Formats: sequence, C-alpha cells, structure tokens
Amino acid sequence: MDIGWYLAVSALIFTIGAGGVLTRRSPLVILLCIELMLNAGNLALIAFSRMHGDPDGQIFAIIVMVVAACEVTVGLGLIVAMHRRKLPIDVDEMRELQG
Amino acid sequence: MAEVLFFLAGMGAITGAIGVVAVRNPFYSVLALVCHLLSLAALFLLLRAEFVAAAQVVVYAGAVMVLYVFVVAYVGGQDVPLGARPGRGLRLVAVLFGAVLFVELAIATLGSGLTLIGTNGQAVEAGFGSPAQIGELLLTRFLLPFEVASFLLLIAAVGAVVLARRRGGITAAEDQARYSAMDILRPANTGTMAEAVGGRSGAARREALPVAGTPSDDDSGSDDDGEEA
Repeated sequence: MDIGWYLAVSALIFTIGAGGVLTRRSPLVILLCIELMLNAGNLALIAFSRMHGDPDGQIFAIIVMVVAACEVTVGLGLIVAMHRRKLPIDVDEMRELQG
Repeated sequence: MAEVLFFLAGMGAITGAIGVVAVRNPFYSVLALVCHLLSLAALFLLLRAEFVAAAQVVVYAGAVMVLYVFVVAYVGGQDVPLGARPGRGLRLVAVLFGAVLFVELAIATLGSGLTLIGTNGQAVEAGFGSPAQIGELLLTRFLLPFEVASFLLLIAAVGAVVLARRRGGITAAEDQARYSAMDILRPANTGTMAEAVGGRSGAARREALPVAGTPSDDDSGSDDDGEEA
C-alpha cells in the first residue's frame, strides 16, 4: 500500500477527533477524542517511519503513547474529583477555575 | 493481501472513531475506542511496527481502557444528547471546521512533495521495528527520553492519586475511635465486643449516641459499661 493512504486515514481520524472535541460536552468523551487525535498522530509518525526506513519514528510513537497515558491518568483523576464534589460532569458548566 | 488488510483495518479504525464521537452513552464510546485501537494496531503491523502494535494492544486497548471503563462505571455515564445545547449553528460550524481541517491536513501531508509518499516505503532489513531494535534504540540513542518518560509516568501517577483522593483523608472522628483511652486501660491483645461485631463503625455509632449509654444500645457489650462507669 502507498504511504499516502495511511496518511489519508490518519488525517481523517484526526479530523473526527477534533470534531468530537468541539461537539461533545462530557469530559470523558472529550478525553476519548483527544486519544483519537493522538492516535492519528501516531499513525502518521509510523507511516513516515516506514517511508524513510528509519525506526526513530516508532520511538517517537512510543513516547507519544506514554504521554497519552499520563494525560488520561490525570484527566480521569480530575473527573473523579469533580464527581466527588458533586459538580456536573459537563465542560460547559465548568467555566471557572476557582474551587 | 496487504490491500485487503489495509482496507479492513482502515474501515475498522474510521468506524471506531466515528463511533466514539457519535454514540451517546460514554460506555459505548469506550468500547468503540477499543475497536478503533485494535484496528490501528493492525495498521501498525502492516507498517512493520511490530513492537508498537503489541504495545498498543497491551497498554492502550488493555490497561488504559480498563481505567476508562472503571471511571465511566464510577461516574455513571449519563446519556447526553449529541450537541443538544450548543445549537445546530455551532454544530454546523464544527462540521465545517472539521472538513477544513481535513483538507488542510491532506494538503500538508499528501501534497508535501515527498518523493517516497506514493511508494511502499524504502526497503528495510528483516529486524525493522522488532522489540530488539526498539529496545536497543531506547537504551542507547534515546536513553534520555526514555528516562524522562518514566519520570513523567511517576509524576502522573502521584498526581492522579492526589487529585482523586478523599478530601481530608482520615477524619478526626475515626482517629479518635481508633486511639481511645480504653486502649490503655484494656489488657493487651483484647478488644471490645462492639469492635468484634461492628468493627470501627460500632465505635463510631457508640460515639454518635446521646450522652450516656442507653439500655437500648445492644451492640456495645459489657465492656462498654465499664468504660462509661
């Protein structure tokens, strides 16, 4: 398969993720959509790594996965803290940073 | 063969991504994301990235998604209608923005003029993307990012515990119940009947009672009478 097709799939997944971040209001689903965008980036990185025949891009993808795992952990911790304080699980309601 | 596999995996990945965005219940969104991640792992395998594909399945589709499922079950996934309050105008703008972004990304990647983009990629040796090669790179050339990533994971774990812990920790009442004056008066290795029956909650209930022990207090046995005397 041409590398270009992989890049097209990656761009499509990134677009879907970005649209999800814009349209959904639940922070859980927004985190999932950010995962989609990070995965689209991973796919592009690995496609370019294959294109150049150089495994450095795969290392980059692994580091991106680590960062995504950290982001998910902290984000889910925040959602649990919101739930504990009986705050609405809705990003439109969470406009202010003051606790 | 590769074309058929690419088509199937690409369709799975895109369908999963659409499912994440379009499904109402967050629980099903998580399941759609698992489908998406598994299809993406197949795409990684087609691109000769064996180790990344395995890590994707084990770490992402396994561990991270289990965390998601637990949090969705804990918070309780509300059925939120897709874009009910933002209004149709904003939703239209979002779709338009998505289309513009897709065109832009396609121009940026496909129209970049890279000569190898229309090929299968350069010829690679047999061990490309194998765990041996990735491990060697991680421990030699990319040692610093590797160590920084481990620190980042540690910091994120500590941060999640701090964020999601119970506010105030152990309350003062529990501390008092645990270290009461009776601990000194009581012989070693013995406990009250209330502790045996009701655990710490029995002690808390005893303190919640009005002034003196009433006869209706059946839980606290004869030991408590000695305490109240």
